[in-house]
Amino acid sequence: MTTPLLTATGITKDYGATPALRGVDVRVTEGEIVAVTGPSGCGKSTLLHCLSGILRADRGSVIFRDQDIGSWSEAARSRLRRTEFGVLFQFGQMVPELTAAENVGLPLLLAGSGRREARQAALDWLDRFGVADVADQMPGAMSGGQQQRCAVARAMVTRPRVLFADEPTGALDQLNGEQVMQAIVRTVREEGTSVVLVTHEAPVAAYADREIVLRDGAVDPTGLGVAAP
Amino acid sequence: MSTAHVLLGLLAGGPRHGYDLKRAHDERLPQAKPLAYGQVYATLGRLERDGFVEPSAHEQDGGPERTAYTLTHSGRDRLAQWLTEIEPPAPYVTSTLFAKVVVALLAADADRARDYLAAQRAAHMARLRELTAVKSAPGATVGDVVAADYAIGHLDADLRWLQTTLARVADLQKEVTA
Repeated sequence: MTTPLLTATGITKDYGATPALRGVDVRVTEGEIVAVTGPSGCGKSTLLHCLSGILRADRGSVIFRDQDIGSWSEAARSRLRRTEFGVLFQFGQMVPELTAAENVGLPLLLAGSGRREARQAALDWLDRFGVADVADQMPGAMSGGQQQRCAVARAMVTRPRVLFADEPTGALDQLNGEQVMQAIVRTVREEGTSVVLVTHEAPVAAYADREIVLRDGAVDPTGLGVAAP
Repeated sequence: MSTAHVLLGLLAGGPRHGYDLKRAHDERLPQAKPLAYGQVYATLGRLERDGFVEPSAHEQDGGPERTAYTLTHSGRDRLAQWLTEIEPPAPYVTSTLFAKVVVALLAADADRARDYLAAQRAAHMARLRELTAVKSAPGATVGDVVAADYAIGHLDADLRWLQTTLARVADLQKEVTA
């Protein structure tokens, strides 16, 4: 049996009186792509935030390489997201005042790399995602598809062990979304990176090796994600 | 799909014999059910009977004799007409999926319908993954991608229907068993 890289057990999270997650278990093995799907408001994004350490679960554990990251400080979890974890959102969230290459090199600068080294790595990663030609452009001058590919390059530049992607194609048209997904899958397969992919689109979930369907904050064993009246 | 019209289209570029037509069909319509040789020759026979194709040459390169067929004027007219005819957009709702849900409610109960919907969704997702792998493969042709896109779009529509129908199973049961 493959050893899990990330194991979440009994993840529970409330927003005030509103339960968002009610005891969710997730296991992600090395190099595996797992889609988390379900209708709006089912807890997909909250789960991704808890798994990646952006949020701390109220109850339950998130074990990464034998350590419960849920017990770590905010600073330690933040450091984890600059090294072992990569995070990608629906809207690339590029820094508008920086060029594409500066955006992609940013995580390396924050991790202590030199400017030249960071720029070279950024150019290499932009090339891998087919957007080397926009390296010196500002995000505002780029198309949505180009911005999102730059955002993927930035999420991968530190060679994370797990990439967390929250609706990574949600803001793109079908063709651009497909190109971004194919670039992500090709690259993570080459790198052996595991992926937690949050999406409500079945054709996007189909890029994953398997799927976890949430309904009302819990895993839905029927896979339908709809309350049976 | 009209095999006869596809064969007329494949003959528009010049004469071909049956073996060539089968190969061209399977290459140009990837992911379609491969055409059986018997179907090719039977269809050519009907097209010849109706005056849309005619034998143009007989070849025998050491093997069995092969007949090449060519389009007639009438065949070209028929092909041109077919290409301008609009296909009626789904005039009847004749999905086995839909029928099975209704029959599950009539012959059993809502749980049976829900179990079926869940199992069908799992099968649809598995096929969606297969087709996504086909179109993402390094050697995929544009034809492979376009064919997979067509099937993926339809599976996605079915998946949306499966989910919304689950939410309506109880109401549908009241209606069909009233």
